Amino acid sequence: MPRIEFQDESAVVIIGSGAGGGTLAHELTTRGIKVVVLEAGKRQSTASFSQVPGAAFLQLTWLDARTQSGDWGVAKNFPTLPVWHCKTVGGTTVHWTAATPRFEPWELRARSTYGRIAGTSLIDWPISFDDLKPYYLLAERRLGVTRRNGVPGLPASNNFKVMYAGAKKLGYKRVHTGHMAINSRPYDGRASCIQQGFCVQGCKMGAKWSTLYTEIPRAEATGNLDLRIECTATRIEHGANGRVNAVVYRDAEGRVQRQKARVVCVAGNGIETPRLLLLSESSKFPQGLANSSGQVGRNYCHQIIGFVWGIFDKPVSSWRGATLAGVVEDEVRDDPSRGFAGGYRMELCTLDLPTFPLVGLPYGWGRDFASILENYRNMAGMLINGEDMPRADNRITLNNDVKDAYGLPVANVHVDEHPNDQAMRKHAQTQMSRMYEAVGAKRVVLGPVPPATHNTCSARMSADPREGVANAWGQTHDIKNLFISDGSALPTAGSANPTLTIVALALRQAEYVSRQMKAQSI
Amino acid sequence: MDELVTLNRRELLRTTTGLLTGWVVAGSPLTLIALGRAWAVDLTTLNSSEGAALMSVARTIAPHDKLDDAAYALVVQALDGDAAKDAKTHKTIREGLAELGTGFAASPENERVEALKKIEPSAFFQTIRLKTLQVLYSSPIAYAYFGYEGEAFSKGGYLFRGFNDLRWLPEVPVADSGPLPDRA
Repeated sequence: MPRIEFQDESAVVIIGSGAGGGTLAHELTTRGIKVVVLEAGKRQSTASFSQVPGAAFLQLTWLDARTQSGDWGVAKNFPTLPVWHCKTVGGTTVHWTAATPRFEPWELRARSTYGRIAGTSLIDWPISFDDLKPYYLLAERRLGVTRRNGVPGLPASNNFKVMYAGAKKLGYKRVHTGHMAINSRPYDGRASCIQQGFCVQGCKMGAKWSTLYTEIPRAEATGNLDLRIECTATRIEHGANGRVNAVVYRDAEGRVQRQKARVVCVAGNGIETPRLLLLSESSKFPQGLANSSGQVGRNYCHQIIGFVWGIFDKPVSSWRGATLAGVVEDEVRDDPSRGFAGGYRMELCTLDLPTFPLVGLPYGWGRDFASILENYRNMAGMLINGEDMPRADNRITLNNDVKDAYGLPVANVHVDEHPNDQAMRKHAQTQMSRMYEAVGAKRVVLGPVPPATHNTCSARMSADPREGVANAWGQTHDIKNLFISDGSALPTAGSANPTLTIVALALRQAEYVSRQMKAQSI
Repeated sequence: MDELVTLNRRELLRTTTGLLTGWVVAGSPLTLIALGRAWAVDLTTLNSSEGAALMSVARTIAPHDKLDDAAYALVVQALDGDAAKDAKTHKTIREGLAELGTGFAASPENERVEALKKIEPSAFFQTIRLKTLQVLYSSPIAYAYFGYEGEAFSKGGYLFRGFNDLRWLPEVPVADSGPLPDRA
């Protein structure tokens, strides 16, 4: 029997246990609020994480079918895996690489900063950097972010030494081992990083922050959390008054269950969050929940991501060390003279040998393809992480031709790249190539656009209810006891890896939700 | 080397449809991890000549001249397993090999490349290519060959095992790096 009764109407139901859902669950339960978390995946632990890359991928990844369309490279290179995120307790904080930069103040004013750009649906955030800053400070302490609050940086790895030397040759100044949610010294009951690589397979040291072993167990310790694993939400129900009042889900045995709710918070990642809202259509809300604007699923962003590999005549052994611990931040600026709006980061990256030919290299075979692999030991790696432009028709929709295990339409991910995206990628690839060539690379290889990991903006916050799904607190414009609590709520993608901002927004939302509940407004 | 099934004659006579065997090349990194110099992979669905032809296709897709046949034999073993599980895959492989013809494995590399280019869009080629990429670089043989060290949690990570041992470029100033944790 669940600790919170199915008929109990007093609980907050959170769908998803990742950066948004896990953080929100911890915050609300600490304030004495009863919370049910529905998590579609299983529960792993630092002990159970597989150290075999292929097996770890299968252990953690959301593998249920999706389809895709549009002209983005992912559709061609990874037709069955448009996005790569987790289905496990802790969500994508289990496989993330823990880069935790902040958005820049001007990035929150995207529409005002960049001006009108044809073919985009840019908006300004409904909150300013000053609104967000206290929650960044809180989140950075919570996650133990390096180079903040006196926490030292991570030590430079071989891969970073190559990046650093190249960046300095080009005159870049803001180059360091990154703001990382990876312990550079023991912190918060967790050990420090032993530079084992394997961040993406789940950190067996627990040195990398994940809600799996921080927020979730702490929420459980309050006695107010009812975490239900292998439970997949299929529908959010509402009453005649238009307020949501229950979540229907499939449990581990595939049985249909129905949990009553006072408040529902959706945190299922940027694909499943809009899908669930669309699946919950009713006669009162024929376009899906919180979708009177027609904005649910639209404006999907995934950031400009792409690998660049430098091949040298001496060993780098890039797999040794924290995967993403290094960054060049000089291109995080708004400078239209570069030929595009928005900024990008260049971040350290590597892939383990089994994954590298599958994800890191463009389609190929034969002598040339094999010659890159022959140099695996002598290879350094980076990736671009840049702001992509929101577009109304880059969107998550229901694909009625393909059904999931429960007979429900799967999500289709449609992306047509904006010329700004392509100009930014080209600029970044050129700069990264120059960095490697400046320190003697004998060859530079540009990787493909990998399956999207930063799925955001698909149920965005907006000041104007016609332009988005939720208000400045992630509370949906249409339904006051329904909240967006994950990256879907970001109004624009920015150039920062999204997790820190998702956590900061969840911390802020938790204060609002508990205040509103206390005031009986929801 | 536990992926490589040890030869067991009685078992073979009962269950196998084909067999791939070979000798580990002297001086190869494989000699460090192999138990003995002989290796054998038994097949349960494909026959020996199909297995040999698939080895040749895999080697043409990912030509690493000094990488032992044993590494490629694992790709064939995985394909054999897929064929055993799925009749459609079996048919795709059988028909694809028939189209390449019996002389494929013996022909020079440039002719093999040309032959594969002609069938590149086919389900056969794409199946073999993907399986080659998935399996070839995942074995201990490949790890040894490419110098990849794999997981390090069981050995205490790379913190004191070379994560920062690169000496052909300048060290990063401490302000942009960070202190090494104390050795426990």
